[in-house]
Amino acid sequence: MKARYISVPYVIWMALFVIAPLILVVIFAFTSEAGGFTLEHFARMSRYVGIFANSLFLALVATAICFAAGYPVAYILARKESVFRRVGMLLIMLPMWMNFLLRTYAWMSLLEDNGLINRFLTFLGLPGISVINTDGAVVIGMVYNFLPFMILPIFSVIEKIDRRTIEAAQDLGANSLVVFRRIIFPLSLPGVLSGITMVFVPSVSTFVISRLLGGGKTLLLGDLIEMQFFGNAYNPYLGSAISLVMMVIVMVSIAIMNRFGEGEEGAMLL
Amino acid sequence: MKKRNAASMALVLALTLVLGVLGTGCGATTQEKREVNVYNWGEYIDTDVLTQFEKETGIKVNYKTYPTNEALYSSLKSGGVSYDVIIPSDYMISRMIQEDMLDKIDFKNVPNADKVDEVYRNPEYDPTGEYSVPYMWGTVGIIYDTKVVTEPVTSWSILFNEKYSGKILMFDNSRDAIGIALKYLGYSYNTTDKDQIKEAVDLLVQQKPLVQAYVMDQIFEKLTGGEAAIGPYYAGDAVTMMEENPDLAFCLPSEGSNIFVDAMCIPKGAANKEEAEEFINFMCRGDISAANCQVTGYSTPIGEAYDLLPEDMRDNTVMYPDKETLAKCETYTNLPQDILDFYDEEWVRLMTD
Repeated sequence: MKARYISVPYVIWMALFVIAPLILVVIFAFTSEAGGFTLEHFARMSRYVGIFANSLFLALVATAICFAAGYPVAYILARKESVFRRVGMLLIMLPMWMNFLLRTYAWMSLLEDNGLINRFLTFLGLPGISVINTDGAVVIGMVYNFLPFMILPIFSVIEKIDRRTIEAAQDLGANSLVVFRRIIFPLSLPGVLSGITMVFVPSVSTFVISRLLGGGKTLLLGDLIEMQFFGNAYNPYLGSAISLVMMVIVMVSIAIMNRFGEGEEGAMLL
Repeated sequence: MKKRNAASMALVLALTLVLGVLGTGCGATTQEKREVNVYNWGEYIDTDVLTQFEKETGIKVNYKTYPTNEALYSSLKSGGVSYDVIIPSDYMISRMIQEDMLDKIDFKNVPNADKVDEVYRNPEYDPTGEYSVPYMWGTVGIIYDTKVVTEPVTSWSILFNEKYSGKILMFDNSRDAIGIALKYLGYSYNTTDKDQIKEAVDLLVQQKPLVQAYVMDQIFEKLTGGEAAIGPYYAGDAVTMMEENPDLAFCLPSEGSNIFVDAMCIPKGAANKEEAEEFINFMCRGDISAANCQVTGYSTPIGEAYDLLPEDMRDNTVMYPDKETLAKCETYTNLPQDILDFYDEEWVRLMTD
């Protein structure tokens, strides 16, 4: 009973700063400039299909890379007790202590044609790379900034897997590959799913990364929404409508993913 | 007229929603202590001036900054904030006057407004001169690296020259970027002819493969560091960049350019109107305006302040171009809503091309 009262400040916080703004976004999305109800903003959405597709694609690529790079790290760290784990965790968390914008700005100076990486390559007599102001640089920025959000949930799930399950599998003759495929991976799926969500959602809505590393040459969803509030036209209604559509797409994809995840778990139990 | 960085935008974006909920904000306080809430561009003042004002008048200054005219507009529009002095640019002032967002200034309390040069009185954006007092002005021109661009630069055409492909920067805001193309084509910045705007954006679409990046603040680092060689920006910031990298030069294009005026206004419903007027009056003093100009690199509309500037600043043609070139420059006026929508639409077309 007491626990309920302790959560009161958080509930108030959520209501004020999460629920209420969400309701406002929904109301704004269906309000016309004149103030009445309208679906016009959604009708205008078709012209932004390209931007939606591009944003979703880049976010997917970044999420896939984060998964491919993050899972092994999380796995190794979770299964190693020791200093190694503590140092590893520290190194993963360390960049997050710095401001997001500063980190992204730093990548700009790293990747530029006259940047640190290229100067180093030239110094070694190697040909330089030309990455800055491309979609590739945007993906790098996303991966760098959001990778810890993939590693941490997977790590904490794998860490909690009961050792006895693994030992039982080994006793029954499973080699390490089978143990991983049939025991560890299925049991780590909840962590994978929340990792994917936590990387995909900020990636799909970012606008700072595309502006700094993409050279402002492509418009992503975040840029498009920002433009409605701070562009010439000042159209918070259209901005809210685009946000709403984006949220629905994200929620639907998460729901589908979770469904798929449950299926896996169910299969494993059988 | 400067645009400040994206992080503050993100913050404002978040606050827009949050403050919308809270609605009320901070109302008027009838305390003994007098104060004034000032909302200015980032890095657009000599902060010592604020301390001096507090000392001389006993009025406490609550100073906050915004990154763009649009962000200022957006935060006033969504309510929940209360400022006494704001410093928008010309076109935004006319928009705010049209939308009844500004209070008339009582010039009995602002005697120093008489110090403002005749040229800046009753401007196009505030024809009756009742709503605003000019703070600073400047132009938009081309900043280029003389080590890369050895030919003389006189025209906007340099931004469309294939020879400098990959070395060219452009504005990451539609009004300035499309404006350059309009001027280059010989049209007005304030055209409401959609065909002309479309033609200008077509030109930008052609230019896009040559453009290294569309930037605002990042231009400082990219030009002073030699990453890019040519880019359009505001004269005041050009002065700052040229101090850092002496290879850079500035050109006010022969086709004419944008001249902007940022002026002090009092938003409707300001809680401390009297203090606001006192603040505006203070800012028009010659010594104060001169101090601000020396720090920011922008130009003063107050003759008395100009006379107080060091000689090298007075003779600096970036800050004070000759009258002939200035005559060809044009201010932005507020565009009708359908044209503003069209600007955004065309910008999306350029960006998704």
